[in-house]
Amino acid sequence: MGKLWNRHQARLLLARWQETYDIYAPVRMPGDGCFSDTDTVRYGLIDSLEEIVWDQKSDYSFKEALLPISETLFYFTDDNASVPEAPKKKRLIFLRSCEMNALRRLDQMYLNNGPEDFYYKRIRQDARFVLMGCDTPFASCFCASMGTNTCEGYHAYVHPDGDRFYLDIPDRELAACADGLAAEDASQPVKSVTEDAVSVKIPDALPENAATLDLWKDYSSRCISCGRCNFVCPTCTCFTMQDLFYRDNDHGRAGERRRVWASCQVDGYTDMAGGICFRKDPGERMRFKVLHKISDYKKRFGYHMCVGCGRCENICPEYISYTECLNRLDAAARSSAEGGEQ
Amino acid sequence: MDINTKKLKKNAFRVTKKRGIAASRVRVPGGLCNAEVLEQVAKIAREYGDSSVHLTTRQGFEIEGISMEDMDKVNALLQPIIENLDINQTEPGAGYPASGTRNVSACIGNRVCPFANYNTAAFAKRIEDAIFPNDLHFKIALTGCANDCIKARMHDFGIIGMTEPQYDPTRCVSCGACVKGCDSLSVKALHAENFRVVRSHEKCVGCGVCVTKCPTRAMTRSSRKYYRLTIMGRTGKRNPRLGEDFLIWTDEDTIIKVILNTYKFVEKYIDPKAPGGKEHVGYIIDRVGFQEFKKWALDGVDLLPETIVKDNVYWSGIHYR
Repeated sequence: MGKLWNRHQARLLLARWQETYDIYAPVRMPGDGCFSDTDTVRYGLIDSLEEIVWDQKSDYSFKEALLPISETLFYFTDDNASVPEAPKKKRLIFLRSCEMNALRRLDQMYLNNGPEDFYYKRIRQDARFVLMGCDTPFASCFCASMGTNTCEGYHAYVHPDGDRFYLDIPDRELAACADGLAAEDASQPVKSVTEDAVSVKIPDALPENAATLDLWKDYSSRCISCGRCNFVCPTCTCFTMQDLFYRDNDHGRAGERRRVWASCQVDGYTDMAGGICFRKDPGERMRFKVLHKISDYKKRFGYHMCVGCGRCENICPEYISYTECLNRLDAAARSSAEGGEQ
Repeated sequence: MDINTKKLKKNAFRVTKKRGIAASRVRVPGGLCNAEVLEQVAKIAREYGDSSVHLTTRQGFEIEGISMEDMDKVNALLQPIIENLDINQTEPGAGYPASGTRNVSACIGNRVCPFANYNTAAFAKRIEDAIFPNDLHFKIALTGCANDCIKARMHDFGIIGMTEPQYDPTRCVSCGACVKGCDSLSVKALHAENFRVVRSHEKCVGCGVCVTKCPTRAMTRSSRKYYRLTIMGRTGKRNPRLGEDFLIWTDEDTIIKVILNTYKFVEKYIDPKAPGGKEHVGYIIDRVGFQEFKKWALDGVDLLPETIVKDNVYWSGIHYR
């Protein structure tokens, strides 16, 4: 059971939430695109529900609202190290079903994969999530194929309804802020898509020669190793460390350690001492990424890493289609199962 | 046949090699037109020309093989084109009103091209509206980025789009794409220090390559669109040369004022005996000196604080005379 909120009342509600939360949602960033006079849709702070972009999938996922692109872990001097304080406010994050499912993957990596990650946890434990209903699949969406078109665990649900917004707030703390504000009782089912924009079949079992299939070679010349596919992905969790020494005083006796998002497609990811690089070829990097998303991760955790949001495909400047790759892989698996050669 | 060739030329017709035969010159500001203009050009070429149309270097059409006797009829058929392109006209139905100032041409710009830093056709149209019709010999071209595909530097005024990269270190993953892009495609204005990108503003030409390369939106465009204004490039017999930088990191309003001021400068200093009343601006500046031009050009202009104004400009090129 929810309520229909007009814009004014919804603003008042958000203002109350803002006393406790920084509210993050996908918004239009004018002029922010790669090309002149183009925008991006990515996560920013909002004051009203009207600022949210509803009719488009965000170019960059919710991930950055929870896991900063660049985060200082501690500052150090000769004798001391200090950890920066946690953000003052809790976070309230608007996201879609695919991303709510991606949250489980982030938690898997940062909370349920050995020791809990202190930095992730301190933001995550107080974060609240508002599910944005999806009317239709956007380009390259395939959440229905991945079973991520529905989700659990969100603290509120929102969907625009004409000039108003339908809000269902199961979370008590969030719901308490609605007390005394005027909104009309209503009941709407959670909107989720049931059909995909592209039909995708993930192979149940990969052929033994999956790593050496010819199809990977296609990407050797096509991929430019820019890493956009990783940076927009809501489930990529890799980071790298940067120890830097301040130059202005004391000549490197003070500095900080940062962790920064890393990409398995970008040069340097597999560099080792002695100049060893395990995956030099972009086709090999593509193989690593794809097999991690739809095979290797599942072997460890029992479910696919990929949530089928299609952002990697939407952003690729070289028009490499991840879904096409998955379907090619499936065709190779079928061919192999039938005893044919790829 | 009694034809006033001076009038004919100012009406954007050409006196051709063949006696009694003219060619109609159709200017298309910024080189952008819709398919209806093409159809109209085709109609004139079929009905009054010899069906040949030359695509001119200045982004117009030259409809060939028109009998001088048919020029009025051609002007009548040019009217829908002139209205379609929204050309400033002194007398409706009388064709293009002047031919001294050449078509303001432009590369395809940011409507289509990933590299361009602004809408070249829209700015070209703005300049067109400000300066036409005019009989003085000016050549102006606009190019979207420092690649200068339109060869703006070979014009009296070359307008080159710039953006000032805005760096948000909190979004930077130190992937190096911007630095590599600047090194390989531009001027090596970027380097990394302590995992962050440092840009040399002195070296940076504002091409925007770093912005197009950035995978995380750490490097984005300035909200203000900037321009490099190059001046007095030219081709020709005496001293062909490339235009030199005059204003860097300037804006649209300034450029329009400088161009309008230059018309006043030319009216003051043009050689009264110049053949056909046309003397290239560059040669006038060569005669009276850059400082005098600069005084006129910047008269009443409010420059942006960040604009670099060249103290002096020295041109090179080949001297044949």
